[in-house]
Amino acid sequence: MSPARPLLREPTDWSAAALRVRLARRHRSERLFRLAGLGALLLAGLFLAFLLFTIIRDGASGFRHSEVAVTVTFDPQSVRSGDYVGLMQRSARALPVAGDVVSEGAWVALREAVAADPALVGQTRTMWVPARSSIDLLAKGKFDLAQPALSRGVSDADVAAWRALAAAGRLRQGFNLDFLTGSASTSPELAGIWGAALGSLLTLAITIAIAFPVGVFAAIYLQEFAPRNRWTDLIEVSINNLAAVPSIIFGLLGLAVFLNFAGLPRSAPLVGGLTLALMTLPVIVIAARAAIGAVSPGVRDAALAVGASRLQTVFDHVLPQALPGILTGTIIGMARALGETAPLLLIGMRAFVADVPHGLAAPATVLPVQIFLWSDDAQRGFIEKTSAAIIVLLLVLVLLNSLAIVLRNHFERRA
Amino acid sequence: MRQLLPVSGLLLVLLAGCSDAGRSQIRIVGSSTVYPFTTAVAEQFKRQSPQYAAPVVESTGTGGGIKLLCAGLGPQFPDIADASRRIKPGEVADCRRHGVTDLVEVQIGLDGLVIAQARGGVFAGLTARQVYMALAADPFGRGPNRARTWADVDPALPAVRIHVIGPPPTSGTRDSFDELYMQRGCETEPAMPALKLRDPAGFRRICAKVREDGAFVEGGENDNLIVQKIAADPHSIGVFGYSFLAENADRIRDVPLDGVLATYDNIASFRYPASRAMYLYVKAQHARAVPALRPFLAAYARESTWGREGLLARRGLVASPDTVRAANAQVATRFTLLDPATL
Repeated sequence: MSPARPLLREPTDWSAAALRVRLARRHRSERLFRLAGLGALLLAGLFLAFLLFTIIRDGASGFRHSEVAVTVTFDPQSVRSGDYVGLMQRSARALPVAGDVVSEGAWVALREAVAADPALVGQTRTMWVPARSSIDLLAKGKFDLAQPALSRGVSDADVAAWRALAAAGRLRQGFNLDFLTGSASTSPELAGIWGAALGSLLTLAITIAIAFPVGVFAAIYLQEFAPRNRWTDLIEVSINNLAAVPSIIFGLLGLAVFLNFAGLPRSAPLVGGLTLALMTLPVIVIAARAAIGAVSPGVRDAALAVGASRLQTVFDHVLPQALPGILTGTIIGMARALGETAPLLLIGMRAFVADVPHGLAAPATVLPVQIFLWSDDAQRGFIEKTSAAIIVLLLVLVLLNSLAIVLRNHFERRA
Repeated sequence: MRQLLPVSGLLLVLLAGCSDAGRSQIRIVGSSTVYPFTTAVAEQFKRQSPQYAAPVVESTGTGGGIKLLCAGLGPQFPDIADASRRIKPGEVADCRRHGVTDLVEVQIGLDGLVIAQARGGVFAGLTARQVYMALAADPFGRGPNRARTWADVDPALPAVRIHVIGPPPTSGTRDSFDELYMQRGCETEPAMPALKLRDPAGFRRICAKVREDGAFVEGGENDNLIVQKIAADPHSIGVFGYSFLAENADRIRDVPLDGVLATYDNIASFRYPASRAMYLYVKAQHARAVPALRPFLAAYARESTWGREGLLARRGLVASPDTVRAANAQVATRFTLLDPATL
């Protein structure tokens, strides 16, 4: 007979060689996992830092511009006939340099100066007007002057004009307010971002005005009131599917329904907002349903027990608790809508509009599309404008997100 | 949460108020090559005539633009189409079917369709025949194209992989490429002009069909992207308008075509074989509803705009010969209608 097996396990001998090996292996795999996680985080951080670094390096100069001092005599005849273009040309020719140095739109500054102060007529003044793009880029040191003229992208004449202007003290750099207040232009030195930013805000206003109430009400109905049957299952599956549909499909839908069928105007923030609302709606419905579903059933039972109607239960007790979650979903949807380009290209929001939009039906463009358009421009001056516009887009995003976070915290405290 | 109800009510009011689609600004669509010129004119027009709303310019490609222009009459259809080639008789017929009978054709200037490479590129020159033989799907109807390197086409050329980045089929630039490079190169073969007369469809299949095995890459409507790609790869060739070459002369240079360099003078005199004219097509029937249309066209046709020293010349447009400019200025100011029989 074999000896009886001991009933109790012997205490683990942690110092045994085999166990030490196993323990070391387990510790090693944990260390490796932590290291891999840290590495992934570092890599992501590095990419972000690289992205921000290149954008800010290229874009920071887009917020500054160079100005040329031009001595202008506002002779009454030119002012009366409105020939500010000729007046600017004559004044610029009197500068101690050869060739064009002022921007094509510089004469507008003269018209505005006279409009602001009619007493200027007949006087001689020194006006600081925007410099032409190549002079501006030279002043910012964007060219490698050691290269021969043909291969550096700027002519000898421009380099000579820039040196002469700088030597005469007629060149200065300043903050480019026009960039923040102006609208699109074909001259990089005159291009501004406000037209596109306003277009984005109008579009987002329409999107949120439609997607938020419709999405939240749909979620409330589906979650709290709708019976569970084959039809609601079908609707749920459809909503989940819609959330995953590529945005370009919504652009095609918008083109077919809002432009071709309803006859709404092309390139308008109204149509852009409606299209983006279709795209954002499923995201908000899903997030809102999840948030409403997460509210404790005890809240509902308590409300019903003291005699509240189902409507009162939902609106006075469930929804306030679900609101922070709903808002989070809405933020994600809005951030996506703000950065969306593809569907807007199809409904004509890629148009060049040299004016700030003055209504929901007026032609406009949006920030990401403006960035896309500038990146496509042949002129070198638009490289820095593209990066500067990206900085503005990122700032708007950060602003919207922080606003949403403040709102969410506010509701969280109240609930 | 009760505040949600008034919001949605407001929304309905808002939607009802916006259904008015009438407009006063000019709407322009069309070629990506003409786009930088038309936007420049639109901007100057808005500055000089603040009483009119700023024109809206959209880049859709020549084919897409003419299709939109021809879709009908009314505020939702554009007034002008930019084109980097002449309108086709089929497109005029399409216009007529939708009631667009009165078109004005204005030639705004010239452009060279250049083939370009990085400044350190390896090509000393190409002929249209070599380009055709490298890129045709079925060169001269002798079976699928098997050339992998340029040296397979002609032993005198560098032995680098054939990689050409060009415009997509919706673009007028692509139509010009088919005509000025592919068909011209194809017609150097003695049998081909005869085939063109005998079997036009077969001619087009052999002479204009570009291979689809990766040797020719469609770069989209973004010509700047093509410039960036070829600047980074000395073995690639890009196809685009002269203005992009002129603007990026520090990074890229042209590949001489049939021994001729793509310079301003060579394009203006049509000595450069791939020179082409660019046009505006104006819907004359909209002139009354859109009051800015006539003044805008007059601003476009001014010497200070499209002349040798004008606004557009500074942006890379090659001015048309003096007589052509004068004739087109007449057309633009008098709204002389296009006679389809001249196409």
